[in-house]
Amino acid sequence: MKVLLSWLQEFAPVSGDPGEIGDQLSELGLAVEGITTVGAGLDGVVVARVLDLRPHPDADRIQLVDVDVGDGEALQICCGAFNMSAGDLVPLATLGTTMPNGMEIARRKMRGEWSNGMLCAADEIGLGADDEGILILDDDHELGRPLAEALELRPDVLYDLEVNPNRPDAMSVAGVARDLAARQGVPFARPEPSPDEAGEDAARRLTVDVLDLDLCGRFAVRVLDGVSIGPSPRWMANRLTALGMRPINRVVDVSNYVMLELGQPNHTYDLDAVQGGALRVRRATEGETVETLDGVVRTLSATDGVIADGNDEAIGIAGIMGGASTEISESTTSVALEMAWWDPISITRSARRLGLRSEASARFERGADPEVADLAMRRFAELLAESGATLTPGMVDVRGNTPARETIRVRTDRVNGLLGTGLERDEIAGLLESIEFSTRPADDDLDVDIPSFRPDSATEIDVVEEVARIYGYHRIARTVPQSTLTGSLTPYQTDRRAVRSAMVGMGLDEVMPVPFLAPGDLERAGLESDGITVSNPLVAEESVMRASLRPGILKTLVYNASHRLHSLGVFEVGHVYRRPDGNQPLPDEREHLAVALAGQDAGAAVGVFSALADALDARRYHLAAHVTPGLHPTRTAQIDVDGVPVGYVGEVDPGVLDAFGVDERVGWLEVDLEVLLGLPHGGRPYRPVSRYPSSDIDLAFEVDEATPAADVEAHLREAAGDLLADLTLFDVFRGAPVADGRRSLAFTLRFQADDRTLTDGEVAEVRKCCIDAVQGSLPAILRG
Amino acid sequence: MISDLDQHLAEAATAIATAGDLDAMRTVNSELLGKQSVVTEARKTLGGLDEDERKAVGQRLNEVRAEIEALVAARRSALEGEARAEQLEEERLDLTELDRGRRLGHRHVVTQTWERLEDLFVGMGYTVSEGPEIEDEWHNFGALNFPPDHPARDMYDTLYVDHGEPGSTLLRTHTSPVQIRVMEAGEPPIYSIMPGRVFRSDTADATHMPVFHQIEGLVVDRGITFGDLAGTLEAFTRAYFGGDFTSRLRPSYFPFTEPSAEFDIRRPDGTWLELAGCGMVHPNVLAACDLDPEEWSGFAFGFGLDRLALMRHGIDDLRELFRNDHRFLSQF
Repeated sequence: MKVLLSWLQEFAPVSGDPGEIGDQLSELGLAVEGITTVGAGLDGVVVARVLDLRPHPDADRIQLVDVDVGDGEALQICCGAFNMSAGDLVPLATLGTTMPNGMEIARRKMRGEWSNGMLCAADEIGLGADDEGILILDDDHELGRPLAEALELRPDVLYDLEVNPNRPDAMSVAGVARDLAARQGVPFARPEPSPDEAGEDAARRLTVDVLDLDLCGRFAVRVLDGVSIGPSPRWMANRLTALGMRPINRVVDVSNYVMLELGQPNHTYDLDAVQGGALRVRRATEGETVETLDGVVRTLSATDGVIADGNDEAIGIAGIMGGASTEISESTTSVALEMAWWDPISITRSARRLGLRSEASARFERGADPEVADLAMRRFAELLAESGATLTPGMVDVRGNTPARETIRVRTDRVNGLLGTGLERDEIAGLLESIEFSTRPADDDLDVDIPSFRPDSATEIDVVEEVARIYGYHRIARTVPQSTLTGSLTPYQTDRRAVRSAMVGMGLDEVMPVPFLAPGDLERAGLESDGITVSNPLVAEESVMRASLRPGILKTLVYNASHRLHSLGVFEVGHVYRRPDGNQPLPDEREHLAVALAGQDAGAAVGVFSALADALDARRYHLAAHVTPGLHPTRTAQIDVDGVPVGYVGEVDPGVLDAFGVDERVGWLEVDLEVLLGLPHGGRPYRPVSRYPSSDIDLAFEVDEATPAADVEAHLREAAGDLLADLTLFDVFRGAPVADGRRSLAFTLRFQADDRTLTDGEVAEVRKCCIDAVQGSLPAILRG
Repeated sequence: MISDLDQHLAEAATAIATAGDLDAMRTVNSELLGKQSVVTEARKTLGGLDEDERKAVGQRLNEVRAEIEALVAARRSALEGEARAEQLEEERLDLTELDRGRRLGHRHVVTQTWERLEDLFVGMGYTVSEGPEIEDEWHNFGALNFPPDHPARDMYDTLYVDHGEPGSTLLRTHTSPVQIRVMEAGEPPIYSIMPGRVFRSDTADATHMPVFHQIEGLVVDRGITFGDLAGTLEAFTRAYFGGDFTSRLRPSYFPFTEPSAEFDIRRPDGTWLELAGCGMVHPNVLAACDLDPEEWSGFAFGFGLDRLALMRHGIDDLRELFRNDHRFLSQF
């Protein structure tokens, strides 16, 4: 919503420098998005006539324009716009002019041709936002006359306000003025126009029938006679332009002016074109069509509201846009002026469905004032009276259902208890009265009647907010509540940090791909395609929710490789989403860790996992060769911790890498963090360090390829029992003299007791146990 | 006899001085001080001398022996020093040649910001809560006092997913549904922040992404006031941005808070930046979570986490956070 300071001042004697007023508006919740000074700084800008247009000999994007500023001489200007023709009147910034943006106009050569001034676009001289081409003036100005004088421009300040959805009242100049007056402590009043009335009563001219009282809360019509089409007065055109509306003719302009000023959208019908002299408000029939003012034939649905004529033909869409058949034209003399109140939800639905948001619908959606029609009708007639239009007596006024407005009890203690203030009852009353909430004392509290233009205020808390807003948020003393809790992360959150630290310590960079995938991405990654999909995606490439971190990370590797960034080690911690088992209300969503080591093999990935296990002190894990879709079938293991599967480690399947276009091996680790971190880990009791000497022995076994090293190790550990202080697989050897299909696994075992020095005999005995355990249970042979 | 010893000492000194390395020193040492050495042999002849002479020669012999030993020790020490120096020289390294830029990995800049915020609020006595990214309509809208068809829903360009009834399940548009989950899960007092990932149907550009991150704060206790909200956000502003930043609250509108406010911070250069939406928890929201609004009151705030990351590092394009270019990631 844009407002002009001069317009606000017609409702209240508000004052202050432009910036100060801007701050006050922001503090009232009418956030100022821009402050523009208009109609000032135009000294030196005059009316000129275009005499001739010629191409610039050395430039395509500028042309040479000869203009006359009234002395009959042709003055050459270089101009970058091409929208004017010979004979047009245009604004010329003459030499020596300082433009509103500070630019000084001087005589200068552009590509070898002299330019003796600058022709101006509307936005360059504060006359609206139009920057497309030079402003073409109406053809009735004296040449050389200062533009401000010619256009009757007055210095003014334009505020561009962001109005929240709960403030329909602030979608009007009067509403903004009311707030600002309250803030400044000056009186606010809406002038009461009393235009002359003459002619036949409206009720004799037309009938109104409201068939759907939920759709239409009020449908009021008055009639004006003697209406003619012609340009609006300059001051009105200037104001409309400043607020971003294009002046069209005096009827349309007054209609817009009244809407902007009082917030009441309104519609004019050519009364003679309304068949049967009747307006009928009803829901549309499914598939019914109506041609709207913009010349488009709209197909309606049964939820849209329409205004129909005496033949029950739709002649307008309720609250959104009028119809073409009853549009005001050159031949119009009598006008039916409609001011209605429409159900916000119906208008919201229709506007959304039709893709048709108008200034009117924006106001009805938020909830217009059902009681302002009478004032707005008279204002409309007053503004049009100058052109000879006369208001006839009477108003056809049909009421439907509008939200009930009940008296609200506002407790002084509640206000202060929620705000942290110490306001007296009567101070609260004063704040509310200043914005036309009427109050009556009720013991220590207040009974408050909400004005009709504030449909958002319906309960005590709404009124508390108004008290705070008008009192000023900045005046409320700031306090910090003392938390009675111990601030902390959950164990899961603490562990997740440890996971990230471990990954970073392993030299891996954390990536954060978007969790949207394209159709087919999951299949390319070897995964099932039954992912959760987005019903209304912006683009198909972002229509599938990831069921795995794998596709996103592979795409990340591809993206980097395309910038010649190869062999990256990356990790991600993020949610994956899967269809739940059974009838769960929400998808199965869980947090995963994934690691990709481009250019590295499964061994490196196992290294990352063992570092992770160490970081979490989750040492009772087991890796077992496993075939799972999308991962390398002979280089992948399932990870079990305490017998519970938590993820996979290995490499990405080469077929998947081909499908994504990754041209190096990718070591891979993926872990369901919620499962892993939910298993017992950490917190092991301290084990005293032995003070006795230790003994090391080496054992090498020849083992067939099908027997995992982990199995050999497990047997060694079990056989060695409590005396085992450490065990390391220090060498794996294939080739002669080891037989084909077998390899040698060499372990170092360190034995140590807590309470004595081990004798040679004890070491020999435990060594033998170890050898027997391995040879007795596995196809393994001790090497000599 | 004594002159013979003096003569021997002179010869010994020469031999010691000319020994070229530690091996030669070992030979010289055994020749000059060993069993067949002059000084050892000379001692054997002392018995044949008369008392005075034996005393004089014996004394001189001890002196000569001691002197030879000292010369040997000094020379050996010098040679050892030379040998060590030679060995050290052989071990000389150009360390710059060995600097291969070994590196740790890098937490994502969003994670860093997330953890900084967690730490700050944990220090103020808050817990950290999380919730699902795919939410139901009730938690994302209904419980937050958005009636069906309310125009305020249009403030959020919502993405829905194909789960359950159409329109029932969505990608959460804000972290506020976690407020509801926290209130449903337990009795106040609640002092909690809720960082998380949120979604909007926005085309990616320098300031918008369909995916981004927010952090929500919720306090529910007895006697919580709007002044508490303003004071808490001011304390946060100074702690996070620095003592030369201040904050203000401006009236605003959100269905789930009332009074509602925008939270702006004032930079040291005097310019304002809109940072967050906030307000007192709406009584309808408390009631939706079975909390009596007459007994409990609270405040909530929520703001974009990514933007704080961008601000801290002077990043001018939100899309960089999700592009995962190694040249970007490795800078933080």
